[in-house]
Amino acid sequence: MSLPPYASPVEKVWFWVFRIFCGLILLFLIAPVLVIVPLSFSSGSFLTYPLPGFSLRWYEAIFTSSAWMGALKNSLIVAPLATLLAMIFGTLAAVGLNRAEFPGKGLIVALLISPMVVPLVIVAVGMYFFFAQVGLLNSYTGLVLAHTVLGVPFVVITVNATLQGFDFNQVRAGASLGANPMRVFFTIVLPQIVPGVVSGGLFAFATSFDEVVVALFIASPTERTLPIQMFSGIRENISPAIAAMATILILISTLLLVTMELLRRRSERLKGGAGV
Amino acid sequence: MTQQRFPLSRISRGIALGGLVSLGLAVSASAQALTVISFGGASGDAMQNAYYGPFTEETGIRLTPGDYNGELSRIRAMVETGNVSWDLVEMESPELVRGCFEGLFEPIDWQRLGLGSVLIDAAFDECGVGTFVWSTVLAYNADALDSAPTSWADFWDVEQFPGTRGLRRGAKYTLEFALMADGVAADEVYEVLRTDEGVDRAFAKLDEIKSHIQWWEAGAQPPQWLVSGDVAMTSAYNGRIAAAQEEGSNLEIVWNESIYDLDYWAIVAGSEHVDEAYAFIEFASQPENQAAYSSEIPYGPVHPEAIAQLDETQARRMPTYEENMIGALAIDTGFWVDHGEELEQRFSAWAAR
Amino acid sequence: MSPAKPGGNLKAQLRRAERLRKLKAIGLVAPLALFLIVVFVVPIGNMLWRSVDNTELDSVMPLTAEGLRHWDGSGLPDEATLAAFAAELRDSRQGGGLGRISRRLNYEDSRYRSLLMNTLRGLPTVDAVGPDTDWVATLTEIDPAWGETETWLGIQRTAPTTTDRYLLASLDLQRGTDGEIARVAERDRLYLSVFQRTLVIAGGVTLICLALGFPLAYLLATLPAKTSNMLMILVLLPFWTSLLVRTAAWIILLQSNGLVNQSLIFSGLIDSPLQLVFNRIGVFFAMVHILLPFMVLPLYSVMKGISPSYQRAAVSLGAHPFAAFWQVYVPQTISGVAAGTILVFIMALGYYITPALVGGPADQMVSYYVAYYTNTTNNWGMAAALGSLLLVVTLLLYLVYHRLVNRKQLIRS
Repeated sequence: MSLPPYASPVEKVWFWVFRIFCGLILLFLIAPVLVIVPLSFSSGSFLTYPLPGFSLRWYEAIFTSSAWMGALKNSLIVAPLATLLAMIFGTLAAVGLNRAEFPGKGLIVALLISPMVVPLVIVAVGMYFFFAQVGLLNSYTGLVLAHTVLGVPFVVITVNATLQGFDFNQVRAGASLGANPMRVFFTIVLPQIVPGVVSGGLFAFATSFDEVVVALFIASPTERTLPIQMFSGIRENISPAIAAMATILILISTLLLVTMELLRRRSERLKGGAGV
Repeated sequence: MTQQRFPLSRISRGIALGGLVSLGLAVSASAQALTVISFGGASGDAMQNAYYGPFTEETGIRLTPGDYNGELSRIRAMVETGNVSWDLVEMESPELVRGCFEGLFEPIDWQRLGLGSVLIDAAFDECGVGTFVWSTVLAYNADALDSAPTSWADFWDVEQFPGTRGLRRGAKYTLEFALMADGVAADEVYEVLRTDEGVDRAFAKLDEIKSHIQWWEAGAQPPQWLVSGDVAMTSAYNGRIAAAQEEGSNLEIVWNESIYDLDYWAIVAGSEHVDEAYAFIEFASQPENQAAYSSEIPYGPVHPEAIAQLDETQARRMPTYEENMIGALAIDTGFWVDHGEELEQRFSAWAAR
Repeated sequence: MSPAKPGGNLKAQLRRAERLRKLKAIGLVAPLALFLIVVFVVPIGNMLWRSVDNTELDSVMPLTAEGLRHWDGSGLPDEATLAAFAAELRDSRQGGGLGRISRRLNYEDSRYRSLLMNTLRGLPTVDAVGPDTDWVATLTEIDPAWGETETWLGIQRTAPTTTDRYLLASLDLQRGTDGEIARVAERDRLYLSVFQRTLVIAGGVTLICLALGFPLAYLLATLPAKTSNMLMILVLLPFWTSLLVRTAAWIILLQSNGLVNQSLIFSGLIDSPLQLVFNRIGVFFAMVHILLPFMVLPLYSVMKGISPSYQRAAVSLGAHPFAAFWQVYVPQTISGVAAGTILVFIMALGYYITPALVGGPADQMVSYYVAYYTNTTNNWGMAAALGSLLLVVTLLLYLVYHRLVNRKQLIRS
């Protein structure tokens, strides 16, 4: 969009008002990130500007704190496992959904997507009751299963999207050449849907890595994850240590974003057309 | 399409296998340590230094600390479903009595503890061993106020002492403070509160300053808000205020009309680490350890020898110091056991409006 | 199907192959479907059930419950029931049973907890009772309340295994002693206003998101690809950033000595800091920030597909540019607007963490009370009832969303 040379003065004013308005919205979107990163390098213990000085003491504080490091460790146990399970279950299901028509498919699709729709607190309460009865409350297993549930719809949706252009005749061809189904899957199907699987996995990872509601209900101090530690930190005492951890998390999300963007470009190139 | 066919199969299978194995490991590793749940914050830090660390060092028993906000619900869920993963919890007295009645805690075997009867009387409970005396006080930022408030009536006086107020988001303490602000003498507070009119009176008094109140939930919030200027005065736990004073902020405590209570150690019924829990309680009840705790945060020890070990400046900041007890009020455990849930319910409906 | 009629044998073979394909497809979907049924559907069904569950007395004191169900409600229950009651009360401390029934009975009348507590303490030892113990006298001696019909009627009300009290209570209704449904006392009314507040906050957030998201998406869709990709990062980075990080940042920005207040005071617009956090303003700031990308992205993808030529044609035919925009461009974006609006609204309805951290007590939404009843008071019936209502509203909205956004966009059917 650019201003045509024949624009009237009103249009010119409107053009600039519009641009400034959009600039302010973008500033609003990015402001929290811009504000919290410098604070993490503050040498003082209050979260106010101007910064009294530059220091890495808050990074030192979290890297030497057993609470923060324990929480990080727990998140690094739970999130990858949940992601892996979600990728396996979700990919198989998406392939199945695209393989053939079968009765009740609409209902199944609704079921597979539903964890994205149901309010988190309801999932949390339901799992809290249920896990308590079956002995999974306060366990890593419970947390991994819960986060798998929350992450799996993303994998189903993204893999499904990549399968839209997939020709299942290739599978038949592979089978007719004598490959067993495992081999067909790993050598024919998987390589073509990898971008979908990976980006679904990234979504699932981000979901688990940032999930606090369900974890608050079903995890005990032993399984305390990073988001729970952040939550109680924000509630208790917003110190620059929170800002330091936030900066690390922003770094991680930037990595996720970049990976996602690269994947998107790659699949766009492969499709050979412009997509979203 | 050939160029993107990389040898995924072996890698993915390897990852899948590794994942399942580590899932199994993670499950079996869910620690066999003593889980101790406290209120966290500054008090939790003091416990870490005075109790947790030294205890593990001395006994070799591993310990997983955690914190919570004092509610019984998680313990109930664990006991009622038979999946107990907390071993030892720090409890306030009304919840201790209520939980004890419901069978949520192991009754304390005082013989086994081997403490004799040295602790102060209030420390002995059917299901709990008292560990320190703490107090909910009126605190203010002396830099922000022209004159010093001396009572809850002053707290309610937003004309003379302008500014936002902080109060704990809950009925306990809040209703007592409201009645004292309304002119009820400290020793008659619970008598009045036991009547329906008394409760209505407390809520009516709260209505007067509702728009000036910013509610806190975690004990660390009041000192932060005082320091940052968000509130002019607030109710607060005395130990948290002392921690902020040490960091150099000009906060003051009004001991008059404060409410004190004991915190107890209680063993969750069905805990698999009862022996370790007893060992911990015994360790945490030794005078030198109690003194170490109280020198980190000014909550009064329950072991008389520990009290004697404190110097005058430390003792002065405790709720148990004689001058500080003047005009102070002990919490009526029985009242809150009986009426706690119904009043908390009514409070939450009131606050939400 | 091919018009040429194939031989019967081939047809059967084809059918078999087709069936095999179907079975394979179902076999691939089944693991996830079963997994979700066990770990997701069953727990939620279990929770829905708890909104009418009334089995506390029945499971802790089965004989008492059975006896009271047969009692006609006049005088006192028979000796056998009283004896069963005393025996079951004595054993009820095991496994937290006493807590469950005293909590349940306290919803009927708050006297029951202390009544049960005192009675348990006063009960004669097991050795001291026999078949000829007079239970009316024994219990009445411990507490005269046991001699009142009203006390037993209250317990009788908890004897049936299902109840509608929680669902009624979440609509600020209750049953009187005569069984008539009536509104609860003025001072206890809460949930209708909480539902209303939830809708107001979710609606407000959605409208603000639309007002901000529409122009932004329009800008991004009409800028040259290179610039718009750069600006898109500003939308996507917050989108990928932890919700807790963003919430913490807003508290830091909005607190009384935060950057926003500092700059307002510095610029001379205000003298003393404004209260921007721990109230409704803070909730709106943080929620709009978190949900805005969910509005921008669907709008952007729809706008990207709209050809500018129609609008240009309208202008060249003499339409005022604003009119052309409003009458030609905007109608083409309707599907994106609908998708974004409902998506944001559905997500906002279930919000818990953000209002809990940046709101005050009067800004909490339904989810907060679901969590409150579960985590603070163990009133699982209330938690389940409020949760069920929230779930119903959300699913209804989702159905609408589903209709509007063609399912084919999501999953090829």
